[in-house]
Amino acid sequence: MHTVDYSFLQALWFILIAVLWIGFFVLEGFDFGVGMLLRRVGHTEADRRAILHAIGPMWDGNEVWLLTAGGATFAAFPLWYASMFSGFYLALFLVLVALIIRGVSFEFWGKDDRPRWRATWEWTMVIGSFLASLLFGVAWANIVKGVPINAQQNFTGSLFTLLNPYALLGGVTLVLLFISHGAIFLNMKTAGDLPERARGVARWASPAAAVAGIAFLVWTVINMNDRTGASVAVAIVGAITALLLATAAVSELVRRPAIAFAISTAAIAMLFVTLFVDLFPDVMPSSTSPAFNLTIANTSSSSTTLTIMAIVAAVMVPIVLAYTAWAYWVFRKRVSPEDFDLTTKNPFDLVGSGGTGAGPDAGGAPAG
Amino acid sequence: MTALDLARLQFATTTIFHFLFVPLSIGLAFYVAVNQTLHYRTGKEVYARQVHFWGRLMLLSFAVGVVTGIIQEFQFGMNWSEYSRFVGDIFGAPLAMEALIAFFLESTFLGFWIFAKGRVSPKTHLTSIWLVSVGSILSAFFIIAANSWMQHPVGYKMVKGKPQLDDIWAVITNNTAIAAYIHVIMAAALTVSLVTIGVSAHHLRRDHQVDTFTTAIKVALPILVVGAIGSFLAGDQLARLLVKQQPMKMSAAEALFNTEAPAAFSIFATGDFTANPGHTNRNLKVPHVLSLLATRSLDGKVLGINQIQEQYVAKYGPGNYVPYVAVVYWSFRTMVYLFGAMALFALIGLILWRRGKLATSRRFQLIAIWMAITPFIVNTAGWVMTEVGRQPWIVQGLMLTRNANSPLVSTAQVAGTLIGFTLIFTVLGGVALWLFLREARKGVPDEPLTPDGADVPDLTLSY
Ligand code: HDD
Ligand code: HEM
Ligand code: HEM
Repeated sequence: MHTVDYSFLQALWFILIAVLWIGFFVLEGFDFGVGMLLRRVGHTEADRRAILHAIGPMWDGNEVWLLTAGGATFAAFPLWYASMFSGFYLALFLVLVALIIRGVSFEFWGKDDRPRWRATWEWTMVIGSFLASLLFGVAWANIVKGVPINAQQNFTGSLFTLLNPYALLGGVTLVLLFISHGAIFLNMKTAGDLPERARGVARWASPAAAVAGIAFLVWTVINMNDRTGASVAVAIVGAITALLLATAAVSELVRRPAIAFAISTAAIAMLFVTLFVDLFPDVMPSSTSPAFNLTIANTSSSSTTLTIMAIVAAVMVPIVLAYTAWAYWVFRKRVSPEDFDLTTKNPFDLVGSGGTGAGPDAGGAPAG
Repeated sequence: MTALDLARLQFATTTIFHFLFVPLSIGLAFYVAVNQTLHYRTGKEVYARQVHFWGRLMLLSFAVGVVTGIIQEFQFGMNWSEYSRFVGDIFGAPLAMEALIAFFLESTFLGFWIFAKGRVSPKTHLTSIWLVSVGSILSAFFIIAANSWMQHPVGYKMVKGKPQLDDIWAVITNNTAIAAYIHVIMAAALTVSLVTIGVSAHHLRRDHQVDTFTTAIKVALPILVVGAIGSFLAGDQLARLLVKQQPMKMSAAEALFNTEAPAAFSIFATGDFTANPGHTNRNLKVPHVLSLLATRSLDGKVLGINQIQEQYVAKYGPGNYVPYVAVVYWSFRTMVYLFGAMALFALIGLILWRRGKLATSRRFQLIAIWMAITPFIVNTAGWVMTEVGRQPWIVQGLMLTRNANSPLVSTAQVAGTLIGFTLIFTVLGGVALWLFLREARKGVPDEPLTPDGADVPDLTLSY
């Protein structure tokens, strides 16, 4: 194959990976946000159950966007994958810990009804969601800013290299954005007292996210001066993002939940579009020397692999999108805490939720 | 310990932990789907109870399987960056395909199955559990294809000292991958059938919900039989492929230090406590059997470790190409011997079924409870044999493990994360096991099940 095709394929895969990350942040963003708000918005047990039900059917599918982004990076840009994952070693370890404690809390929470048990898995949910959001923000800000990378494409810094002010602002931005996104989602998806409380959160979180997001974008554009070409595009995209962030803050007051959610989604997406446009054609610039920058050209797989994976993606992505959309549609109804107050009276649920004696014969009447 | 040793230990720890749950999840998804189908077809309440009971256990297993799986996807880059750079052109593709083709399917429809009951037609709900099952069975294929490429690299050409993808079809239809895949799926069948039989036997011993749990065993026994026959056939096929593709691993698995023709099968051998003792001290053998297994003839020649080492030195240069013989040998013995126990158990189960004694034979029930542990031991043993037996190679014949880890990740960092993961796994594993046993002991509720079609969240399955 000739080189034109090859660089086209590399650019295509860069875009695809950007799409996967954006999909991840938009989708898992709201369930991270909801996770952080579990105890803030949910006051009673029925509330919290309703909140978990609001994201229950989706969160695992949402997380697969991350796995796919990881797998696609490995397949399309293995050298980027290798440098990024080994470089951000401890940060990723913390991300994994966060995702683990958060992931199991969904399943463990309902398995016992002692208050301490419930509280434990609520806190792992809150902390896991917070930590993951923060760290993803820090990591992506660092990728865009550039980190020390040597001629062998290895990261030479430490965890503390990653904790610079710009990156921390990125982390805070993402946390606030997700809190606002999650609150707006709950406002749209729950019933009873919950939407009002969720709006209460959105009322401060959306403006805060907008302020942080705009500050982060301004800083990003200022940082950008060493790279040319894309800067105009970045500035434009950044401006649109800022606008959306601001409107998200305002539109929350309009009390049109679906519109607020759409705007919030667009704000997150545009923020990452800005970062990816800024990054291109680098994938991880080196702060040691521009000569060591990781680019789509010096980290990619062969054109054969890129072609095959492009075909697989072209077939599979629409299918995945179709059934994901369908599943979201099935669960479009609002979830209300009242549903759960009712059914806890159901004896079957009492058996299910445990608590009463774990002896061999505790599970109901003898011999079926 | 060096960063390399720790990284290896970390890979072993996290993957073994992941794989304790994976076969159970694959198996239970299938088992629940079968029961739900039976319910759909016959309308019998007993099958609906099975779905509820085993469904809850399945969700626990999935919860841990999923969160530990995420680590797997990350750790190639984190701990094995040189490996990722070297093989990325080929190895990444199956991982990406796995996510796109299998994980999305499995995760989306698992969430759907849990929460959509009563909101969609029973048929759609049934379809969703089958999609989960298909997704989990598919996902195993891609990961095995990736792993088999490390055991037996195919479909590549060397470009600038690195393997480059040449023929994706060859990678996917790698004979090692097909045999290993069937073997692993059959192992999942054995895992789920032995676990469900064990749990059911626990209840039957107490004459608790006899109908329900006798039915559970009757659904599980055929799966056990298929699993036993299938895993044997595929395992035998794998062993013969090994003789050709990784003769060192197979000879280590037999503690065959010197070439024999005809070769005898070792039943129990002892040796000195070193990685490669060079000879066995004591060795109880059955003549001709290894020749028969390896070459399909009574007198076929099987190469010994010492001879293969010489060949490899000639081919790859000076070095030690012998894995830890005792580990490979004993993990293989464990697998094969416990397989024997499983096969025998399946046979007894069938006989008791015919005689109508499944619900009453106390001895069978006691054995069944203990048998539920064996698949976990055997699964681990099988992987230890596979992975330790491949050493010192990370990719057979192409890359050595010692050149594969991340060069700038320090010993302290790997040690820290190893300790971290181990702690989390201990806690998680403990909680998951406790919950699993508690749920399993509770049995199936006798109260009427929430009617299909009622638009109320189904709390017995959801959170
Ligand atoms: C319940 C599970 C179970 C049972 C009963 C068996 N195995 Fe197994 N075996 C596995 C579960 C397993 C496994 C954990 O799934 C492995 C690890 C790697 C793989 O592909 O499957 C495996 C690997 C594995 C390998 C190594 C493949 C490689 O290195 O590439 C061989 C040669 C065998 N098996 C052979 C057998 C034979 C001859 C068996 C019976 C007589 C047998 N296994 C029973
Ligand atoms: C696609 C699947 C798999 C891949 C790509 C893979 C790859 C690797 C790698 C990179 C290592 C580290 C280097 C080494 O010491 O060999 C390793 C080691 C190991 N893996 Fe796997 N593995 C896979 C599946 C599994 C599974 C499912 C298990 C067990 C449940 C397993 C068990 C082990 C063990 C025990 C080691 C340590 C070997 C040693 O220290 O000598 N592997 N494997
Ligand atoms: C023989 C080895 C393996 C098999 C058969 C296998 C199979 C599976 C299956 C069926 C699941 C679904 C969840 C569950 O069953 O608990 C799962 C989860 C997962 N596995 Fe493994 N796995 C193996 C090893 C690995 C390795 C080495 C990787 C590294 C790439 C990996 C990556 C994952 C990921 C990322 C998940 C989470 C998927 C989700 O969110 O649904 N697995 N695995």
